[in-house]
Amino acid sequence: MVASNSIGIGIVSAQRAIFDTPLTFRSGAVLPRYELVYETYGTLNAAKSNAILVCHALSGHHHVAGCYADDTKNIGWWDNMIGPGKPVDTDKFFVIGLNNLGGCHGSTGPSSIAPKTGKPYGASFPVVTVEDWVESQARLADMLGIKQFAAVMGGSLGGMQALQWSLSFPERVRHVLAIACAPHLTAENIAFNDVARNAILTDPDFHGGNYYQHGVVPTRGLRLARMLGHITYLSDDAMADKFGRSLRAGKLGYNYDIEFEIESYLRYQGDKFAAYFDANTYLLMTKALDYFDPARACGDNLDKAFAAARADYLVLSFTTDWRFSPERSREIVNALLHNRRNVSYAEIASTHGHDSFLMQSEQYYDVMRTYLERIAKEFPA
Amino acid sequence: MSAHDSVELAAARPDFAAIAAWIPQGASVLDLGCGDGSLLRYLKETRNVRGYGVEISDANIVACIRNGVNVIQSNLESGLSGFESNAFDYVLLSQTLQATRHTEPLVQEMLRVGCEGIVSFPNFGYWRNRLNVLRGYMPVSDELPYQWYDTPNVHLCTLHDFETFCSGHRVEILGRHVMTGKKEKNVLPNLLGSMAVYRFKRAA
Repeated sequence: MVASNSIGIGIVSAQRAIFDTPLTFRSGAVLPRYELVYETYGTLNAAKSNAILVCHALSGHHHVAGCYADDTKNIGWWDNMIGPGKPVDTDKFFVIGLNNLGGCHGSTGPSSIAPKTGKPYGASFPVVTVEDWVESQARLADMLGIKQFAAVMGGSLGGMQALQWSLSFPERVRHVLAIACAPHLTAENIAFNDVARNAILTDPDFHGGNYYQHGVVPTRGLRLARMLGHITYLSDDAMADKFGRSLRAGKLGYNYDIEFEIESYLRYQGDKFAAYFDANTYLLMTKALDYFDPARACGDNLDKAFAAARADYLVLSFTTDWRFSPERSREIVNALLHNRRNVSYAEIASTHGHDSFLMQSEQYYDVMRTYLERIAKEFPA
Repeated sequence: MSAHDSVELAAARPDFAAIAAWIPQGASVLDLGCGDGSLLRYLKETRNVRGYGVEISDANIVACIRNGVNVIQSNLESGLSGFESNAFDYVLLSQTLQATRHTEPLVQEMLRVGCEGIVSFPNFGYWRNRLNVLRGYMPVSDELPYQWYDTPNVHLCTLHDFETFCSGHRVEILGRHVMTGKKEKNVLPNLLGSMAVYRFKRAA
């Protein structure tokens, strides 16, 4: 029995889409052929107008909701948000989750075999941008016969993709839900990413990105990268509440073993992550974050960047999120206001820092549910 | 929203119709302290405005979204720095002026962000209010429904007070409606009107 999922979407399965038309990246690199794994929940209506695309953040993937028949404990990363009767109601919407290009959960990425060489792409996999992802996602939409999404949504890096959708394909998205997002990363934010990348790049097991052939994984680097990232996703208060200065042994050991609970937690998170995530994918994801800056092509004028937009927007931020602070969301809101787009903005009180976007809370879910109910009325199932 | 709802709204809030009468079709409107979005919804329905509300309360944010109006969660008291100068045709402050702490800069901000401002507020000079004070009590009425100890109203004023404020702050009054209930009061308005709506702009 799947007791824990009885109120969710239940058993789901992943699908695979194959694209034989070459994809040219922003960098100029070309991928002659690629595959995307994706999952869908709910039913596409006859007009194919009730589709919602869920874009994932740095470590996410296509398994957004439900669980697998052969692995019922493997519950989707946004299962609390998406399902029958949930804010993203699968009784009303046809929801698509996919693993982005360059990912390590089944879509073509650095660990995939390159047809030319018969070896994993490794370091030769193109540096991928948010715009490239949106391009690749649009082809998936084409394949599914979806001309316009009722909504494209995501948190963090996922929110950036949702925003980019409305810039790359203004006519193909009616609503954008950009959560815990920013119009570009600040220098401090890029700095965090660079330290994370350096941890990976300088790991002796990295082998210039071609570690697959050496039968090793740059676990130490990936682990450090994740530990650092994790600190920035939490808030000072949340860490103080959860761990404080608690000691595992109850007393100081005067050595470098794990002493404080926070150390234990971070190492555990780092180990867990390094055991399944691909280091090259981590590098690519952080680069995509760093590069995202729609204003850049418009003389650093975000208002101009959004001039092409035709969607309506819901922008959400969380009070304790210092990695993607409310002020950054307000920059997006202001650019939308200046372009007279329909936009609503809510600043959700929360203690969980950037991670708040993945956590269920009353006001957050009330806002999401209410906004999505409005969309559902526009595009009846 | 159905026309029926609009009629109901206008009946419940006589200042809505007075405000709407000043706003041309298709205008852009910023409603400060927009509450549950009723006024914006009313203006959208009756005047086809492109409107945005500013609200601080979590519950009202959800209510605005439910009402189908744009809302930006923000604290009015920290200013309108997020909004560009002259971004809106009208900036509204409906039944909120008397509850703002930084009233003076807020009125200036309204006229920076909008071409014209419209405010509605309870008239403290209304005879019933005066009578209450004369009797030795703070007034409690439909317009001023709070007790002295729980009122959000920190800057109550009379029509005379507001008009003096305007002339002292280079604010030109363009129009005024004074009402008691649904009735316009044109005779002795500062004594006979319980509520006022003003339209104004920056003085040349």
